[in-house]
Amino acid sequence: MTPARRRGRLRRIVNGALRRPGPLLVPAGGWLLLFFALPLAIMAAYSVMPRGTYGGVDPGFTLEHYARFFDPLYLSMLQRTTVTALVCTAICLLLGYPVAYAIARAGPRKNLLLLLVVLPFWSSFLVRTFAMIFLLRDSGFINGLLLRLGLIDAPLTLLYTPFAVMVGLVYTFLPFMILPVYASLERLDPSLLEAGAVLGARPAARFRRIVLPLSMPGVVAGCLLVFVPALGSFIPSDLLGGAKHMLIGNLVQNQFTAARNWPFGSAASFVVMLAVLLGVLLYLRQRDRMPGGTV
Amino acid sequence: MAHPLAPAAVEFRGVTKAFNGVPAVDQLSLRIRPGEFFSLLGPSGCGKTTTLRLLAGLEAPDAGEVVIDGRVVNALRPYERRLSMVFQNYALFPHLTVERNVAFGLEERGLSRQAIRPRVEEALGLVRLEPATFARRLPAQLSGGQRQRVALARALVLEPGILLLDEPLGAIDLQLRKAMQLELRALNRRLGITFVYVTHDQEEALTMSDRIAVMDQARVAQVGTPAEVYENPRTAFVARFIGESNLLEGRAERGDTGGWVMRTPEGDGIALPSHDALRAGQPVRLAIRPEWLDLFTPGTVPAGENALPATVCEVIYLGETLHVLAELPSGATIRVALRNEGQLGKPLPWTPGQAVMVGWLPEDCQVLEAP
Repeated sequence: MTPARRRGRLRRIVNGALRRPGPLLVPAGGWLLLFFALPLAIMAAYSVMPRGTYGGVDPGFTLEHYARFFDPLYLSMLQRTTVTALVCTAICLLLGYPVAYAIARAGPRKNLLLLLVVLPFWSSFLVRTFAMIFLLRDSGFINGLLLRLGLIDAPLTLLYTPFAVMVGLVYTFLPFMILPVYASLERLDPSLLEAGAVLGARPAARFRRIVLPLSMPGVVAGCLLVFVPALGSFIPSDLLGGAKHMLIGNLVQNQFTAARNWPFGSAASFVVMLAVLLGVLLYLRQRDRMPGGTV
Repeated sequence: MAHPLAPAAVEFRGVTKAFNGVPAVDQLSLRIRPGEFFSLLGPSGCGKTTTLRLLAGLEAPDAGEVVIDGRVVNALRPYERRLSMVFQNYALFPHLTVERNVAFGLEERGLSRQAIRPRVEEALGLVRLEPATFARRLPAQLSGGQRQRVALARALVLEPGILLLDEPLGAIDLQLRKAMQLELRALNRRLGITFVYVTHDQEEALTMSDRIAVMDQARVAQVGTPAEVYENPRTAFVARFIGESNLLEGRAERGDTGGWVMRTPEGDGIALPSHDALRAGQPVRLAIRPEWLDLFTPGTVPAGENALPATVCEVIYLGETLHVLAELPSGATIRVALRNEGQLGKPLPWTPGQAVMVGWLPEDCQVLEAP
């Protein structure tokens, strides 16, 4: 085949794809089917099968794992996890919104600031969480600083507390709040604020009546991007919270590794997934009521 | 600066505004009368929008004073200036219905819901939008022309003393634009509000304005009624920006009868309208509107008319008029606009290549100020 003919064929393929984009979904769709849907189906099956003696599962059908999850111990863990994820989301929103607003209005320095927001992603998440230990432990940087300043006499217990878990979670997920909120604020037409000013709205009213409602899609997306992974996270609670402050994520991880109780781990993660699904549905309903468009 | 007795709705006193060291408005002085339809006309980048924004309070002047109703408003916020504005892209709040958009300013003034409703309906009626049909729609569900009307209603509902309009008709199609021009003009007359209108469209400015300020490179080139700026352009820029103009150059000298004559480099003498500020030998620039020129076969030019020899290059059929492009001996092209009296019945006698005389009355040309 001559190069020219090859080019002609390539062009036909591209043209065909532009006209009928359906086949473009095949590669990614196949990937997802094989490595996402299939494992999920396996987990669903495991969650209703009896536990095998040496790990794995035995053939059969049982709902005992789901029933076991409704033990007060696990329910309170689910509750604690949900509250933790909600508080983390709220803190990320309170910290992230002003940052996103500042970046959206930063003019030419915008790209540099965005780079700084995503900079943590360049290093390993695990390494960053370990660094947090050095920061928070009794002989760590924060206690050292407070001691040297004479503000405290004895080191504060920061590490292995719910506070440390929250610090780790917020640190981890803050960029996921900043970026979508930034995206919605960046698209905000500045002339809308000028129109508001001419119409008599003072700065606070302009924010409340124009900026905030128009950035709601970004806020909702950001909350979802923080809340959902925070609900399933286990590394910050494992490394910074110690065994005392386990979240559902730790439970699932333990069941699959240390306890080798795959069916119960599967059941627990399905319960979490259900909670997440509920969150997504709420988000979609919210977004459909939002005239600001999609995120 | 002199303070004439006539009260001005708006006054600019030596206002200067620069962005990054580049002046957008330079030493601007301007008086706008109450109730007037006043246009700021010029090409993009001439400073007309900055002028409007300075008046709205969306920009702060570097120097000079912005005065509204006799009060210096430099330090006042936009919402303290008793004015409204229609933005170029309308700037409707996309998350609010038509009704809420129009009500926005009234709500900010703390009016009650009962007081707001009739005023919103009245404002929508003013711009001929049926409240029952449109009140509940979102801006995204409106056509460009309807959005424009909502923006207008949102501004008018506040009963402002001054209405600022920043190229409000730029984005709608020609038919509708023509209709809206007349409607805006009628609203201005009916409501007695001072309109300050920014446009780059000279025809639009001529159609609507009581007076026009033609702006060029951050300065006002000329202020006057449409007839004044069209028939009596003071600079080459104004002559060329508003309508079409033929420009001729030469030097001033005294004519035989005592009037001034412009001598072209080719040696032709052109009688000038009486003009005081000329000196013998000074360079002169002349503007002549195409429609004030006429074509003659050589030897038939009426006495008292200026005439230059030319060769017809092209005849352009424009419907209402015909434009004849003819080349002068200097190599310059002169444009002559002739009324179309029906080419099928009585065609023009001019054909390309033909030697003709371009003639006009001395009072129909305009001596321009030195650039």
